[in-house]
Amino acid sequence: MLGETLRALRSLGIGQMTNRQIAFIAEKLAAVASPRGEESGKRWRIPDQLKLCAGSHDVRFGYDTGLLLEAIGIEKRYGGVRALKHVSFDLQHGEVHALVGENGAGKSTLIKVLTGAVQPDAGEVRLESKPLSHNNPHLSRQMGIAAIYQQPAIFPELSVAENIALVNESGGLFRRVKWSERRKKAQELIEAIGAEIDPDRIAGTLSMPEQQLIEIAKALGGNVKALILDEPTASLTERETERLFEIIARLRTRGAGIVYISHRLEEIGRIADRITVLRDGETIDTRAANTVDPRTLIQLMVGRDVASVFPKRAVPLGNTILRVSGLTCAAARVKDVSFEVRAGEILGVAGLVGAGRTQLAETLFGLTPADSGAIEVNGQTKSIRNPEDAISAGIAYVPEDRRRHGVVGNLPVRANATLGILKRISRAGLLRENEERNLAADWVNRLGIKTDGVDAAASSLSGGNQQKVAIARWLAAGPRVLILDEPTQGIDVGAKGECHRIMGDLAERGVAILMISSELAEILGMSDRIAVMRNGSLAGILDRSEASAESILALALGQACPEQAA
Amino acid sequence: MKQRVIAIAIFWLFLAIRAPRFFEAGNLRDIAVANAPDLIVAIGMTLVIVAGEIDVSVGSQFAVASVVAGTLAKFGAPLPLVALLTAVAGGLLGAVNGIVVAALGVPSIVATLAAMAFWRESLRWYTQGAWVQGLPPTFQWMGFSQRTGEIAILALTAILFAVFLWSMRRLQAGRAVYAVGSQRESARLAGIPVQWISFGVFVLAGALTGIGALLDSVRFSQIQSNSGTGLELKAISAVVIGGASITGGKGTLWGTLLGAAVLAAIAPSLTFLGVNAFWEKAIQGAIILSAVAFEKVSARAR
Repeated sequence: MLGETLRALRSLGIGQMTNRQIAFIAEKLAAVASPRGEESGKRWRIPDQLKLCAGSHDVRFGYDTGLLLEAIGIEKRYGGVRALKHVSFDLQHGEVHALVGENGAGKSTLIKVLTGAVQPDAGEVRLESKPLSHNNPHLSRQMGIAAIYQQPAIFPELSVAENIALVNESGGLFRRVKWSERRKKAQELIEAIGAEIDPDRIAGTLSMPEQQLIEIAKALGGNVKALILDEPTASLTERETERLFEIIARLRTRGAGIVYISHRLEEIGRIADRITVLRDGETIDTRAANTVDPRTLIQLMVGRDVASVFPKRAVPLGNTILRVSGLTCAAARVKDVSFEVRAGEILGVAGLVGAGRTQLAETLFGLTPADSGAIEVNGQTKSIRNPEDAISAGIAYVPEDRRRHGVVGNLPVRANATLGILKRISRAGLLRENEERNLAADWVNRLGIKTDGVDAAASSLSGGNQQKVAIARWLAAGPRVLILDEPTQGIDVGAKGECHRIMGDLAERGVAILMISSELAEILGMSDRIAVMRNGSLAGILDRSEASAESILALALGQACPEQAA
Repeated sequence: MKQRVIAIAIFWLFLAIRAPRFFEAGNLRDIAVANAPDLIVAIGMTLVIVAGEIDVSVGSQFAVASVVAGTLAKFGAPLPLVALLTAVAGGLLGAVNGIVVAALGVPSIVATLAAMAFWRESLRWYTQGAWVQGLPPTFQWMGFSQRTGEIAILALTAILFAVFLWSMRRLQAGRAVYAVGSQRESARLAGIPVQWISFGVFVLAGALTGIGALLDSVRFSQIQSNSGTGLELKAISAVVIGGASITGGKGTLWGTLLGAAVLAAIAPSLTFLGVNAFWEKAIQGAIILSAVAFEKVSARAR
C-alpha cells in the first residue's frame, strides 16, 4: 500500500510539491498506513524521500523504524552520591526533546552518559538500537552524537576552518593537510547553518554566539544524528536565538533528533515536542510539550517536600549590618542590586547557575570592584576596591572552590588559618608564632579539623578538612559580614550538619550571613530571607514565611511577573 | 632535605679520604670568600622563586652593579655610601623587572630574559669593554688587610643570610611570599597584595645582587665589566638543589645555602681529586638533574 503510494508520488515528482502539499499527503498516508492512525502520539512511517523534501519544521515526521537514541535504566554514582537513579530517556528522529530540572538534578550527568564522556554504572545507551559500549565522546561524535555546551569548546588560537577540521577530518597525525579543501568544507558547513563567518578568522576573535555557531557547524560536519544543546541560548540575544531555532528546525527536518536543555521555559514551550523532567537524579515524567504549562513544569521540577532537617535557630535580629544599594559591576554582570542584612540574619541567595550569585559575592568582596552603588557596613559607607579593603571593612568571603582558592597546600595548617589576619597576629610586621599556634589550635578544636597538628601541611588533610581550614581562616578574622558560597557543596552529611550548626553559632553572635546555595532545601531551611537572582539582578526577596521552592524557582526562572514574561 | 644532607655528607667523607687537603682551613676559606657574593645573589633568587617567579637577569645586574660600585669609588665616595648606592642601583634594576612583571603582567621569564640582554649589552656599549681601573686603595678589601677583608666579607654574608632567614620565617611579609608563590588566587582572596609581593621580591633580589657585586669587586684591584656571566644559572641551581619548587611556594634559605655549598665545592674538589676541570659544568648539570628528579620521585612515593 505504502509502496504503491510512494511510487505514485515519485512519478508525480515530489520535488515540485510545496511543504503544505507534502504535509497533506503525509497525513493521508499516515491514516492509511497505520491502523491506529487516530491515536495521538503515534509516529508514522514516512518515506525518506518525502521527509527530505519537507523544508519546513511545521511538518513533523517520525520514523517508527526504532528510536534514535535511548538511555535505559542508567545508574551513576559519584562516591556516595547517586547522581542518576535508574534514569531512562529516549529521543526520536526529527524530535526536539527538552530536558529540564533544578541545578544538580542530574541533567549534566545524563548528557555525559549520552555522549559517552561518562560510563554509567548500570544501564545502557543505544544509538539506533545498537548499544553504545565505549566511553569516548570523540567516537560518539563520529557515530553521530554531538553535544554543545554553554561554554563553546573551541581552540581560540586556531582558525575557524581548523577548528572544524580538528573534529571532522579523520586520518593519522602525519596525513597531509589539504588547506583549500579544509577551507571549502568549513565554508560549506557554515553556509549550511545560514551563518556568515569567514573560515580563516581566528576562532578566539569571534563573539560568543558566533563561536556557538561554529560548534553547531562542527556537529553538522560529523553528520550529526543526535544533537545535544546545553543551555544554548544563555549567551545569545533574541535575534541570535531566533536564528538558532531556525537551524534547529532545519536539522530536525533532516531527521536529526535534538536534546534541548534550558532553564528558559518559554523557549521550551516554543520548540520542544516532548519534555522530560529530572529531579534528584530520577526521571519524574516525560510529557508532550503542548500538554504542560510552565506552572506545572515548575511543580514537577521542585516536587519535593522540604523536610525541615535544617536546625534553623530563632535568633533575634539586630541592627542592619550590611546595606547594599544599587550595586553595579559591568565586568561581573551585576546589575543594580540592593539589599540589607541584619545582625544575626541569614540571607539566602538563590538563583540558577549563571544568575550572577558568585559574581555578586565577588563584587562585594572587591575582587571585581563595583562600578557604582554603595556598600555600607555598620552604617558606614565603605569603598571596597580590593579584598584587603573588604577584609578591613569586616567582610569575609569563603569561595566556592575551596580546594583551589581556599587553602594554600604548601603552608601548614596554622599559617592557613591565619592568612587572612596576618596583620592582627603580628606586631610591627613580626609574626607572633605562639599566638598563631594558639589561635589555630583553637579553631582546629572548634571545627573538629582532623589533622596531625597545626604544623602539618594543609595539603596532607582530606578534602573535607581542607574546607574546614579554609572556613577557619575566615572565622578567625571575626567578620561582621560573612559571605558563604555553596558552603556545603561536596561535603558529607555529617560535615554538612556541622557546617549549619556553625552558621547558627555565628548568627547568634550577631554576624550577618549571606549564604549562596544551589540547594533549594538548604536555602529554605537555613535562611531568614531569600534573595533570588536572575541575569545579574535581584529578581526579588522573599521572606522565610512566604518562600517556597515553587516561589523561588518561579522568580529564578522569571515566571513570577507576567510583564517580564514578554 | 635530610636525604640531601646525607648525600652531601657521603660525598664529603669520600673527599676527606681521597683528598684530605681539600679540608684545610685555608682552602675552605678561599672557597667561602669566592662564593659568598654568589650566595647573596642566591638569597634573592630564593625569594623570587618561592614567590613563584624567576629572575635570569641577576648576572647582568651583577655586572652593572660592579661597574657602578667601581665608578663611585673612583669618584672618591666613602665605602658606606658606595655600598648603599650600589644596593640602591641593584634595587632599581630589580624594580624595572618588578614593574614589568607585577604591573604589566609579563611572565617573569620573558621580562627578565629581556632585561638580561638589555643590561649586559648596554653595559658593553657604555664601557666599551674597558675594565674599571685606578681604584682607590680604600676600595680593595675595604681598606683592610686581605685577611681582615675576607673575614668582613664572610661576616657580612652571614649577617645578610641570618636576616633573611629570620624574615622569611617570622615576618608577615615572608609568609605572604610563600602564600603568593603557592596559591596566588588564595593569597589574593586572603587580602594579600599579591602584586606588591611580586614587585617586592624583584626589588630585593636586585638590591641583594648589588651588595653581592660589591663584595665580589672588593676582592680585586680592578673591576671587570663582564663579571657575573652565568651567575643566574648558578643562583637558580643553588636554589633548586636546595629543594625549592621551581613553581613556587616551597623552599628555604638553609636549602639554598646547602645548594650553594655543593656548587662551590665542585670545581675545587675536582682539582684535588685530579679530575680534569672541564668536567665541572657537566657534573654541575648532573647534580641539578638528580636533585630535581629525586624530588619528583620522592613526591610520587609519598
